[in-house]
Amino acid sequence: MELYRSHVLVCAGAGCISSNCHAVKKALTDNITRLGLEKEVKVVETGCMGPCDQGPVIVVYPEGVFYRRLKPSDAVEIAEEHLLKGRVVRHLIYQRPDTGNAALTFDQIDFFNKQTRIALRNTGIINPESVEEYIARDGYRALGRVLSQMTPEEVIEWVKKSGLRGRGGAGFPTGLKWEFSARAEGCPKYVVCNADEGDPGAFMDRSILEGDPHSVLEAMAICGYAIGAGRGYVYVRAEYPLAVQRLELAIKKAREYGLLGENIFGTGFSFDVEIRVGAGAFVCGEETALLASIEGRRGEPRPKPPFPAQGGLWGKPTVINNVETWANIPPIILKGPEWFAGIGTEKSKGTKVFALAGKVNNTGLVEVPMGTTLREIIFDIGGGIPGGKEFKAAQTGGPSGGCIPARYLDVPVDYESLTRLGAIMGSGGLIIMDETTCMVDLARFFVEFVQDESCGKCAPCRIGTRRMLEILDRITRGQGRDGDIELLEELGRGIKAGALCGLGQTAPNPVLSTIRHFREEYEAHIYEHRCPAGVCKALTTYVIDQDKCTGCGRCALICPAKAVTGEKKKPHRIDPEKCLKCGTCREKCKFRAIYTL
Amino acid sequence: MKSLEELDRLREKLQEDMRIREGRQETRVTVTMGTCGIAAGAREVITALLEEIKKRNIKGVTVTQTGCAGLCHYEPLVEVETPGAERVTYVHVDAGKAREIVLGHLVNGQIIKEWTILKK
Repeated sequence: MELYRSHVLVCAGAGCISSNCHAVKKALTDNITRLGLEKEVKVVETGCMGPCDQGPVIVVYPEGVFYRRLKPSDAVEIAEEHLLKGRVVRHLIYQRPDTGNAALTFDQIDFFNKQTRIALRNTGIINPESVEEYIARDGYRALGRVLSQMTPEEVIEWVKKSGLRGRGGAGFPTGLKWEFSARAEGCPKYVVCNADEGDPGAFMDRSILEGDPHSVLEAMAICGYAIGAGRGYVYVRAEYPLAVQRLELAIKKAREYGLLGENIFGTGFSFDVEIRVGAGAFVCGEETALLASIEGRRGEPRPKPPFPAQGGLWGKPTVINNVETWANIPPIILKGPEWFAGIGTEKSKGTKVFALAGKVNNTGLVEVPMGTTLREIIFDIGGGIPGGKEFKAAQTGGPSGGCIPARYLDVPVDYESLTRLGAIMGSGGLIIMDETTCMVDLARFFVEFVQDESCGKCAPCRIGTRRMLEILDRITRGQGRDGDIELLEELGRGIKAGALCGLGQTAPNPVLSTIRHFREEYEAHIYEHRCPAGVCKALTTYVIDQDKCTGCGRCALICPAKAVTGEKKKPHRIDPEKCLKCGTCREKCKFRAIYTL
Repeated sequence: MKSLEELDRLREKLQEDMRIREGRQETRVTVTMGTCGIAAGAREVITALLEEIKKRNIKGVTVTQTGCAGLCHYEPLVEVETPGAERVTYVHVDAGKAREIVLGHLVNGQIIKEWTILKK
């Protein structure tokens, strides 16, 4: 292996790929070759670094300088100034959105230095297509140690002691799951990785598979040893082609090195992994539906028990964990369960990866210790709400979760605290909403999603969510009736109690939690026929404040319906008959003179 | 992969290349590469440094470059920073001297005084 004086890490997560990082990389390598630096500077593609809206991003080591929003044309300057002469190209580095201060290196940026990266320890740092780089960062050492120095019981004991809980949503203790499978009668046993990530806005599992696929393979092999399984399956959705491709390559490389396959580390233990590509049904993220889909049957859930730990894949004992859960296993083995249990809160140990999305300055992937407050995540790491708007609520757990209003910003985030607030941890989607989000409309969106994805096997989910959607539709159209809120609550309770699987049991959560925290918004829709956030078109009237309007004419110019009229330099008016309620005028008004009724 | 020891040996070999991404190293060798430095042959110097460090398998050293230090007639300059010691600046370095600096200073810890700027 050559020794280079500088490494240029180009983020090649799906986000940066869509903002054209490959063209940037090509321009960089071209310029490096042109300047004759190819023996001194190495260009490496990595998985997702996290700050996706800043893409394409690169980091130049040894200094750790972070460049963002690069165009292929910027490569000339970076190569000539930084790589050749060692001068940082100041106008291409990151600036804080609030102060405008430039941050030179990786660790000066709040987005990075406030994170604790365990599951994402390698994503964005190593080349995911190189097993060598994974090995250099202690990869497969946990597997080696487990196989040559620990008994299966010890491994399970360690995972139990670490306090690790499932990161896919329900938060079941991982060690217990392993123990149930290890003790269960039946042969062969199976290990399954659930990579059917379907929550809108959540993409941590994809990023781990794309950025550090070996960590999942290594963990699955460790589990295989612990429970006595010889075969594992990764169930990944077809919408993640890059994850599938990198995982395939990782399996191939691991087999070449003898880290998967027969007689691993000469210990007589054999384990191999296969990929199963799912067709993209949301319900297949539910474990029994997922197992049915692997078996080649229709992806529908079935009643539990038997739980997969006793009767899973082909009726055999099966451990099924989510991608992020798997990625936590190797560090627990290497650093010990006490280390892991020392991070987080009393009942929720370790870290959680959140996918920050919505109305927040730094969208992307962040990993923080359990017990971090929403305020820290949204304002310190996320950089606050753009455009000086007011924070309204955070939605966690996607269609199974709920909304957390501003007054709970300082609640430490863990499994229990979120459940108490009527939300759930879920897979870690975190959608931030500002004052322009209508909570009824939001609930309607999630119910529509669940209704669409309901497999139809049980009546509460199939019919119940349909009825909920109809009521919500009516409310947002301005036809809400007295008693609708109570009816929604009753339906919600019934569906939660009666649905067959996790999808149905959690489907009413977005509605129930918005009713709980934002009941006044529902009431405003039904009784006052207005949408306070100005989102539901049937309930919104746009008005120009006659005192604030300067008559600049900007709104009249951009209105697609020509609904704004008025003389120059005199307050304008909107004709409610013509108005399409698109909101463009309000967005563009420099004097904030346009508001909604 | 036949044993944990085999993995450990492989890892040690692979680790040196990755060390650069871990942030600041114990020892930092800086070559000034402004226009003046490059014109005086700094590029050959940095290549020689890298080759020699790799050949001798020296761990924990970062080789980096910087702009003009203002001492253009002394170029190429090589600065060696080790923790707890004063920064040493070598002047008029060429590829041969660079190799000897690696051997003398980095390996044996001997500052080659007659090539430093502190000579006078």
